[in-house]
Amino acid sequence: MSKPKLAYYLAGGCGGCDMAVVDISEALVDVAMALDIVFWAPTVADVKYKDLEAMPSGSIDVGLFSGNVRNSEHEHIAKVMRDKCKILIALGICATSGGIKSLVNLHTTEQLLETAYINTYSTDNPDKVFPQTQYVVDNKYELTLPKLMDARTLDQVVKVDYYIGGCPPHHEHVAKAVTALLSGQLPPPGSWITMGKAVCEVCDKNPVLTGKSKEFAKSVKRIYEGTPDPEKCLLEQGYLCLGPVTQGDCGSKCPSVDIPCRGCGGPIPGVKDYGLRAVSAIASMLDNEELVDQIPDPVHLFYRYTLAGSFLGKRLKR
Amino acid sequence: MAWEPRLIVIACQWCTYQGADLAGSLRYSYPPTVHIIRVPCSGRVEPEFIAEALKKGADGVFIGGCHFGDCHYKEGNYKAIRRFKLFKRLATDLGVEPERIQLEWISGSEGKRFAEAMTEFDAKIRELGPNPLKGGANV
Repeated sequence: MSKPKLAYYLAGGCGGCDMAVVDISEALVDVAMALDIVFWAPTVADVKYKDLEAMPSGSIDVGLFSGNVRNSEHEHIAKVMRDKCKILIALGICATSGGIKSLVNLHTTEQLLETAYINTYSTDNPDKVFPQTQYVVDNKYELTLPKLMDARTLDQVVKVDYYIGGCPPHHEHVAKAVTALLSGQLPPPGSWITMGKAVCEVCDKNPVLTGKSKEFAKSVKRIYEGTPDPEKCLLEQGYLCLGPVTQGDCGSKCPSVDIPCRGCGGPIPGVKDYGLRAVSAIASMLDNEELVDQIPDPVHLFYRYTLAGSFLGKRLKR
Repeated sequence: MAWEPRLIVIACQWCTYQGADLAGSLRYSYPPTVHIIRVPCSGRVEPEFIAEALKKGADGVFIGGCHFGDCHYKEGNYKAIRRFKLFKRLATDLGVEPERIQLEWISGSEGKRFAEAMTEFDAKIRELGPNPLKGGANV
């Protein structure tokens, strides 16, 4: 049997997911031997878009897509990847739910460009020059740039077979997913590749795991206010940790060092809208309704990683 | 055809739903735009239910529960109001008109209040106009 073919594309992401794949270290040697990497843009393999476009439909066994769909180039390659790959996997929270960068959907593209190219303190742009999608140099060389759009999740553009959350996914989680993939032990198409447990279930601060009951939060604190008691659940102390609704494949890395979970792992199974389920979970753990008003900026807290994949997907009035 | 609002009322089976029943028995009338969904407790209402209704084009969502101290499950309505308030803040920040969502405590003996609340809610939504999400939401 010939080696399975793998394609990897980084769209509206930061390269963190690429790092997570590379971080599987020793296992990567075995994985790389077992796989034929036919496309990995732009970070690893030197294969051009036209080479990918020339490959026959369905000729690649597995496609990994990281980053959200933010411009016309991402959208085009997402469609090409879908056509060429038998299995297409959304890797990381940007591809699955929009990621932190989908918070751009709170503003219009014009507002964002205005901030980036005019209003920032360190910008000197008296002629108000903005990036253009087309430009001709010396009257003969036509240069193009992709067109910016609202951030979208991969499954809002093409059909996705599997989802892997995390910002980036923990490398042990990636290793498990790749091993499962190579051995053919995959869940039904359309599912998340996860162990299915919430962060709380693997968190050593969870009082329920030691037979105690969970107390309500008596106050709402931000992370810079006071020092958390390392033995106690962060939520009980008033630090709004989103562990109850987040996939725990990370092994509860942040709460173990007293940093509240912000939900990069993606929703636990059965949840359609991460932010709304987080609202539900957090609100019911507060001691009284006045505390609700003390939560600063609920949109950025609850939709930090999942705005594009939420029920609205964006702010309605921008 | 002229626009008629479509209102979703999520009613607790121990109080607001009984109140709706009583309104009927007493022959109080309220607008036919109201569509009632019975739930075991207002504490069962997830913010996702309200979002789903709005996304699918409901012009208003009204949640009815028991007065404080009356909850059949002791604290369901306390949870309901916390979730509702937080959801309302979040939805308002995202541009949903806050008037479209409402929470009120109506007991089983308040048939008249139920009819009044429905009439008031219907009037408010008529003033507000159709839900802008109708057909335009992100799926």
